[in-house]
Amino acid sequence: MEKVIEVHNLVKKFGSFVANDHLNFDVFQGEIFGFLGANGAGKTTAMKILCGLSSPTSGQVKVAGFDIYKETEKIKRNIGYMSQKFSLYEDMTIAENIRFFSGIYGISPKNRKEKQDKLLKDLDLESAKDSLIGSLPLGWKQKLAFSVAIFHDPKIVFLDEPTGGVDPITRRKFWDLIYEASDRGITIFVTTHYMDEAEYCNRVSIMNEGRIEALDTPDNLKKQFGAKNMDEVFLKIARNVE
Amino acid sequence: MISIQHISKSYKDAQAVRDISLEVKKGELFGLIGPDGAGKTTLMRILMTLLIQDEGNATMNGFDVIKDYKKIRNIVGYMPGRFSLYQDLTVEENLNFFATVFKTTVAENYELIKDIYIQIEPFKNRLAGKLSGGMKQKLALSCALIHKPEILVLDEPTTGVDAVSRKEFWDMLKKLQQKGITILVSTPYMDEAMLCNRVALMQKGKVLDIDTPQKLVENYARKLYAIKSNDMHRLIQDLRSFEKTDSAFAFGQYLHVTGKDDEVEATEFEDYLLKKDHVELEVFDIQPTIEDVFMNMMNE
Repeated sequence: MEKVIEVHNLVKKFGSFVANDHLNFDVFQGEIFGFLGANGAGKTTAMKILCGLSSPTSGQVKVAGFDIYKETEKIKRNIGYMSQKFSLYEDMTIAENIRFFSGIYGISPKNRKEKQDKLLKDLDLESAKDSLIGSLPLGWKQKLAFSVAIFHDPKIVFLDEPTGGVDPITRRKFWDLIYEASDRGITIFVTTHYMDEAEYCNRVSIMNEGRIEALDTPDNLKKQFGAKNMDEVFLKIARNVE
Repeated sequence: MISIQHISKSYKDAQAVRDISLEVKKGELFGLIGPDGAGKTTLMRILMTLLIQDEGNATMNGFDVIKDYKKIRNIVGYMPGRFSLYQDLTVEENLNFFATVFKTTVAENYELIKDIYIQIEPFKNRLAGKLSGGMKQKLALSCALIHKPEILVLDEPTTGVDAVSRKEFWDMLKKLQQKGITILVSTPYMDEAMLCNRVALMQKGKVLDIDTPQKLVENYARKLYAIKSNDMHRLIQDLRSFEKTDSAFAFGQYLHVTGKDDEVEATEFEDYLLKKDHVELEVFDIQPTIEDVFMNMMNE
């Protein structure tokens, strides 16, 4: 399988503080990769580097086949990003947001029209296309934000706590979208504080104090740590190391 | 200790709280459980005398939230959802400030906050704005407690907090409850309902049900199955297109599935899925979690 993220000995320091301490991992095409860790473990720092927004102190990193030091612009064109905090512009309509992001990613107007129609149809939002994002329920916003994040068919989409605050049914419907995107070959790189969601990932890494303490499939991690679910695995790792 | 009767509140065209009534007893740890938009924050702000309701009455230890707002402010501690201490004061300065506002001293009530404050004391000269998320939370809780409130109200204290820190935070709440403080706490994490004495499940401004978490789970009247195979994504699609399936949702490593009219047997699911070539198939009855209960109420 094709590697879409390759990380070798990634180190990131802020002064004397080591935020990422020799990270090593690969992520494969179409994989749902869970990136877990306690608050302050270094997840956000690593994610910023992978998105081409910050440079490592040392180490080799390739994202979508491009070098993290020299080709950040190419990386940005080949990835999508969505977080709970930033997704779409609240004071623009659905159609305006799609037009805006299409422009940024260089999608032609003709192509956009076709894809927009399909997106709105799939999400059952055709009648809401001229509604302001700010007026939509949170669950709709999140689904739409995800669809817009993969509108330019990126190789990888980074999801930073995408499901915070929504009701349990909406949260699960969001995961249906993640599975669909993964079936289409898009790699999903996701952080979450919901440990049941860690079970939905193909593989999971767990960070603590700047290091990756464990990385495997949820089943293997449970075996390795003698735990009955991912919540227990997480507690064992995050507590033991302290 | 807290009494809420028929409270409603709207903002322009949005009705945030719709006719909510509930009672919290003295010494109870009571949870408002629900997603964003359930009305949890609005309800809390009314109780905190920061917002005036459109309809209904509420009292805190007998004091009316409108008429006696000054008295209420002396007996409640409030930790809002957004960090709202002074970022440009140090840890120690913030604590002293809140103690002074309530005409007390840190020394006078130190016993109450000791367990929590001791963890951030090494950083007492650091600016509050420079603290990590976990430390900010501990400082906010210390400041909310410094005047020894009778009622502590916490608005989503664990949102965005990792699983380990969440556990630690709930341990702190339990200890405070043992000291006799009545606690009202809100959370979008359904599993945290189990840590409360009683909870109100809320959605879109309404209370779906109020009870002990154990009773809510016991009262779940449906037949629930856990189902697993080696291809979970295909499993969920196959189950959803099965005419005897009512609902199929992912719950960690299993799917939780209900049948139409609750008359579908485990073997019927099994036979259907075997025909669809699922391997390593497991189908068995399970007890619901509070999340199953909530989802079932949402669908009703």
